Amino acid sequence: MRIQTKTDLASLACGLTLYALLEGLILADIIPPYWQLNVIRVCIYIILATSLNLINGITGQFSIGHAGFMAIGAYMSAIMTVKLGLPFLVAILTGGLAAALLGFLIGLPTLRLSGDYLAIATLGLGEIIRITILNISYVGGASGFMGIPKYTNFTWAFLLMLFTLFFIKNFVNSTHGRACIAIRENEIAAEAMGVNTTKYKVLAFTIGAAFAGVAGALFSHNFYMAHPTSFTFMQSFDILTMVVLGGLGSMTGSIVGVIALTGISAYMADYPEIRMIIYALLLIVLMLFRPQGLFGSKEISLRIFSRLTGGERRGAAQGN
Amino acid sequence: MLIQTLVTGLAIGGIYALMAVGYSLVFSILNFSNFAYGSIIMLGAYVGYYLLMKAGLPLAVSVAGSVMGAAFLCYLNERMAYSTLRKRNAASLYFMISAMGTAIFLENLVYATIGSRFYAFPEIITQQNITFWGASIGVLDVFAIVFSFTAIYMLHYFLQHSRVGIAIRAASYDMQVCQLNGVNITRLVGWVFLLAGALAGLSGMFLGMKYMVYPTMGWITNKAYIAAVIGGLGSLPGAVVGGLILGVLETLVSTYVSSVIRDVFSFSLLVVLLLVLPTGLFGKYLEEKV
Repeated sequence: MRIQTKTDLASLACGLTLYALLEGLILADIIPPYWQLNVIRVCIYIILATSLNLINGITGQFSIGHAGFMAIGAYMSAIMTVKLGLPFLVAILTGGLAAALLGFLIGLPTLRLSGDYLAIATLGLGEIIRITILNISYVGGASGFMGIPKYTNFTWAFLLMLFTLFFIKNFVNSTHGRACIAIRENEIAAEAMGVNTTKYKVLAFTIGAAFAGVAGALFSHNFYMAHPTSFTFMQSFDILTMVVLGGLGSMTGSIVGVIALTGISAYMADYPEIRMIIYALLLIVLMLFRPQGLFGSKEISLRIFSRLTGGERRGAAQGN
Repeated sequence: MLIQTLVTGLAIGGIYALMAVGYSLVFSILNFSNFAYGSIIMLGAYVGYYLLMKAGLPLAVSVAGSVMGAAFLCYLNERMAYSTLRKRNAASLYFMISAMGTAIFLENLVYATIGSRFYAFPEIITQQNITFWGASIGVLDVFAIVFSFTAIYMLHYFLQHSRVGIAIRAASYDMQVCQLNGVNITRLVGWVFLLAGALAGLSGMFLGMKYMVYPTMGWITNKAYIAAVIGGLGSLPGAVVGGLILGVLETLVSTYVSSVIRDVFSFSLLVVLLLVLPTGLFGKYLEEKV
């Protein structure tokens, strides 16, 4: 069996065990309701952070409008379930597809140019989507989209998170993912080696947007309503901070970043300004002293355990 | 009606041009988007407001104070958040993240200390009108146009004729060669941020008088970024022209179409322009060099 498949199966088993453990704790009401909400939030933010990491960390572009794609997913899925009465899975897929389409349309003109254009375009995009939603009365306008059924539970959130993690992990390990990493390391060199840089940048951006849409769908079906103020630039900034804290390019880093910062925000829920000051200072200090984040672009994997026991050394080397 | 709209558009365009020039100035030297610029503008407006209303100083002194305060803050921002990165030759991604952190930090610092209240300048300054060819034109708009252009012309003169200005222009072409020729880059970057900060103070004052002074007012720099892209990132004449075009078009759209779609329009303009004219009007960087 290939090493890759082996580690994949092992990670899957770990993920499912974790799921069983947490679901058991939730069912037995050992985790109090406030923290149950936070566990679901962690799952949603892991989807958001790893998808942003694919764009910012793996491909080396700089998108700061993730909340915009999230808003598209949130509202499209809510239209599907509330207005059209379709099942939740269809709503999630529509949300993801709508966000992907928008990502494609925005990415195509902006990704051909240097990083700053994308940053400015996505910064504007987030605001534009918010303003547009504010002015569409069909989805509730400024008062928000009310009466969304609460379909999101721990099972949906965790399984979709697991799917996202596996999808992005395997994408990064594929030919396409290698091309994306090559673009990050040196775009001109990658182009000289025959990598179609625009194609891969747009591909990564579209996939990232799609998962942001999926997370948005989970988000709006978790709080009974979708409101434009949930999708401001601050939301994008939150996600960016999580990714940068964990380390641009490291998926496990993003997960750790999400857990750490969701923990902080759960404790600081009453002081939003102080929370943002902490986030912002964290970013500045990180850039000054450890710009690669906690993990750099490295991953923690199950191989660490086999390395610790000294067993799989040879196998791991073959796998590389 | 049309004249009035055009004057309002030029006034807003002048403020956009001021901000876009400040932003482009930093971009042309350090090659990154200084997202903290908006919060410097916001702080400049607060400084001006406090000098005028709380300290009771005359308007001219308050404007000068706001300009100097913002210049100092911008310089401080570079010293604390960017200079280490610059010495490490960090990628522009890290500069942008640091800038964004600074923006959020300053904005929330104002929230936590001064509060989220909106402060308005007294109506004597903001509400006077003069009649001109049958159109009623705000004195503030005329002032904004005159002062923006004076400031931009002064900057232009400084860049063309002073030693520091020539060094800045040289560094915008090639920083390393400039350094090899004996220019102290640290001092030069300090100058660039002081100049950009001074423009931020002036535009902050005008924005505060035209709209109000509040913690999130800095996000209007989004428009300055768009203006800079229209003119071509890193080009100063481009930033001026881009700012004016954006200001006039926006005002026309909000007067004759709908004020709701104004922001949507500006952004769509950006995307369309990137499709048909990616370098902008006066763009000098498109191809990356090896």
